Amino acid sequence: MTNWTRYAALTGAAALLSATAVTAGAETREEMMAAHRGGEIRLVAAAAGGTIDPQINYTLQYWQLFYFTYDGLVTFKRVEGAGAGGVVPDLAEAMPEVSADGLTYTFKLRQGLKFSDGSDVGVDDVVASFQRVFKVSGPTAGTFYNGIVGAEACIAAPADCTLDGGISADAASNTVTITLTAPDPEFLYKIAVPHASVLPAETLQEDAGVTPIPTTGPYMFESYNPNESLVMVRNPHFKEWSVDAQPDGFADSIVFDFGLSAEAQVTAVQNGQADWMFDQPPTDRLAEIGTQNADQVHVNTLTAFWYVPFNVNLAPFDDVRVRQAVNYAIDRDALVGIFGGPVLAQPVCTILPPAFPGHEDHCAYTQNPGTDWTAPDMDKALALVAESGTAGQKVTIVVDDTSVMRDVGTYLQSVLTDLGYDASVNSISGNIQFTYIQNTNNKVQMSVSQWYQDYPAASNFLNVLLGCASFHPGSDSSVNISGYCNEEIDARMQAAMQLATTDPDAANLEWAKIDQAMMAEAPIAPLFTPKHVDLVSKRLGNFLFSPQHQWLMSQAWVQ
Amino acid sequence: MLVLLLVALLTLLAPLYAGYLGVDPFRSNLRGKVEIAGEVVQVMQQSTEGLGLGVTPIGPTWNPGGYMLGADNQGRDVAARLLYGGRNSLFIASAATVICLVLATLIGLAAGFLGGVVDMALSRILDVLWAFPVYLLAISLSIVLLTSTIDLGLFTITAGSLALPVFIIGIIYVPYVARPVRARVLTLRHSEFVLAAVGLGLPTHRILRRDILPNLMPTIIVFVPILLALAIVTESALSYLSIGVQPPDASWGTIIQDGQTLLYSRPAVALAPGIAIVITVLALNVLGDAVRDALDPRGQVR
Repeated sequence: MTNWTRYAALTGAAALLSATAVTAGAETREEMMAAHRGGEIRLVAAAAGGTIDPQINYTLQYWQLFYFTYDGLVTFKRVEGAGAGGVVPDLAEAMPEVSADGLTYTFKLRQGLKFSDGSDVGVDDVVASFQRVFKVSGPTAGTFYNGIVGAEACIAAPADCTLDGGISADAASNTVTITLTAPDPEFLYKIAVPHASVLPAETLQEDAGVTPIPTTGPYMFESYNPNESLVMVRNPHFKEWSVDAQPDGFADSIVFDFGLSAEAQVTAVQNGQADWMFDQPPTDRLAEIGTQNADQVHVNTLTAFWYVPFNVNLAPFDDVRVRQAVNYAIDRDALVGIFGGPVLAQPVCTILPPAFPGHEDHCAYTQNPGTDWTAPDMDKALALVAESGTAGQKVTIVVDDTSVMRDVGTYLQSVLTDLGYDASVNSISGNIQFTYIQNTNNKVQMSVSQWYQDYPAASNFLNVLLGCASFHPGSDSSVNISGYCNEEIDARMQAAMQLATTDPDAANLEWAKIDQAMMAEAPIAPLFTPKHVDLVSKRLGNFLFSPQHQWLMSQAWVQ
Repeated sequence: MLVLLLVALLTLLAPLYAGYLGVDPFRSNLRGKVEIAGEVVQVMQQSTEGLGLGVTPIGPTWNPGGYMLGADNQGRDVAARLLYGGRNSLFIASAATVICLVLATLIGLAAGFLGGVVDMALSRILDVLWAFPVYLLAISLSIVLLTSTIDLGLFTITAGSLALPVFIIGIIYVPYVARPVRARVLTLRHSEFVLAAVGLGLPTHRILRRDILPNLMPTIIVFVPILLALAIVTESALSYLSIGVQPPDASWGTIIQDGQTLLYSRPAVALAPGIAIVITVLALNVLGDAVRDALDPRGQVR
């Protein structure tokens, strides 16, 4: 997924500088609960994140909240660090029984669970929730859940969705069975995200908008006004069933206020008027908070990257030498500086981010090629451009109008000018840039984009961003922005995905090779892996950052 | 007037200053170094205190020898960009003013002199244009036209060129000028000397050229400084919203935009072009008042 509307589920490797992070070492969970339970956490953001329907909202801002309000059959483990990539049973009692052919998943539901309105959580609610994903035309219905038997019919006619043959419930044994059309090693990841949350069967089959839907987690939504605030209070019917899946929260309530600019958010947190800011601190304030508020800042690596998609079907980038030349010429350290310096970003040459499954340190486009990027190689770049005979051609770089993006675009324009091109930058509104650069009708030669993982699997980068199936000429929804389609590599990716069902380690080795094979053809230029800055108040304790969920809000305390 | 001449002269000397500094104000200089008081320092300074977050461009050196007003986020000399930006701002404003005045005069003449159906049609079109708030219209036009090439038959405006803001600003102010011009033409049309000329059977084009246009000039000339001032402000607003001048080109608006993200640490980047706009627009407004007083006989009586 892209960060275009800041939607992302992110993965980080390790908390680098969690100065105040207090993890359970000496104290047991019961002791911590007794000492710190209660109080109100105050969050601030520039704007609300849209609907609070967990099956529809696709923003990082609210996914962070959904993880401690709603539950699916399975979920990503709530722990700090890389362990969060693992899937654990949530509303299901145990991990599902999978048939030998990998097509049928049988889940046994836990007994005695209740929604926040007091009604029981039953197998019918699970079936209705999966149908609802299609009935409300959820944003990932066609990409995550299209492998369920009957999904095609549901996508064609959402109102009549039954998922007949795809999902069935047995009330007597309290089990739910899901059948797929083909084995999918990533299926459990896909049903661990908030879009597969279990909601009451009687929930309206339309976007809930600002009306809260009863929850299963430790908190429920009390009120929501997108112009003011979103209030979460304790769910009176919640009883902790698994610390790994859905631990009880410390604070009694969590209030999310909207309408403060990022600058004002920094000041609010510094003054103790807010406990956390959602937006990234403006680059202008980084040096200040890095010195004055150093013990309140947490910097975590994201499994994401900023990259330049080249349109491989348009001159001059239809020539592989030109794409390689730009890769050689980009000074990734300079770009890291634009993003806030080496503490906040790391130069990369691979498509898979560091610490991501399948990533192998490798850099071909640097002086002294090896494992790491060291410096740009202008001589090689200029030689490649000369060989291609494309110098002097017009190149337009399309970026969005955020300040960092514009700065990256302006820098790249300088690089292209140095390489001999007649380059210009076009910065267009952030609301349309991501779809604009995808549509081949707009004839975008080169752009700047970002990608954040949905779930920790190599295919989520390589196959989604550069697979033939992601290229739809003439469509706004063609996330293979480069228009790159190499059938041989595509076949290798399909094989690697199947290999992952039986031997994930071997599959990851193959993904690393696929990454390198793709980069040899350079359909994109990876720039850097960004890190995430969380600025919290002085009183906030037990800040835990998980790769999949980012800050685990329910696990922090304020007293 | 003197202030305006000074501003124009300074901006014309931009290449000379850039040449003297030996810098290219349109190229990123993220790894650049500069010598200040015998010490070589990085233009982009990485924070080394605390957690080491953030990279801040060098601040004003107040030394005309380089980075007098500091650097922007790309490590470029703000003083040099301010001069180049002034060129673009003034060029766009002047060209837009010329386009606006020519179009408005033509429309005002046609509507006022020909009257009847022509007047009706032109006036209604102007009304429709007028119904849109200026900035709303400008922003809508910019967003639609920004990424496309416009073919006007005689000449084409390519995406991202300076001609685009010129064209847009020139168009949006037409109703504001065409209306008073039309009103003046209507008055002149029924004045005795024009009636006499008509009575003598002189051809229309001669009446327009010899009798009406010269008498229209005071009205049009009064508009020049006002329009220039409006165009400078509009151009800055559009560029600030990144739908005017496109990077790496500079205008005062884009420099303010660059400076906005540096407001806390390097306020000079946004303040300098802001002050430049204030001085220029203020001077234009004072000039406008003076011109009006000089050309408006009734004003003198009062």
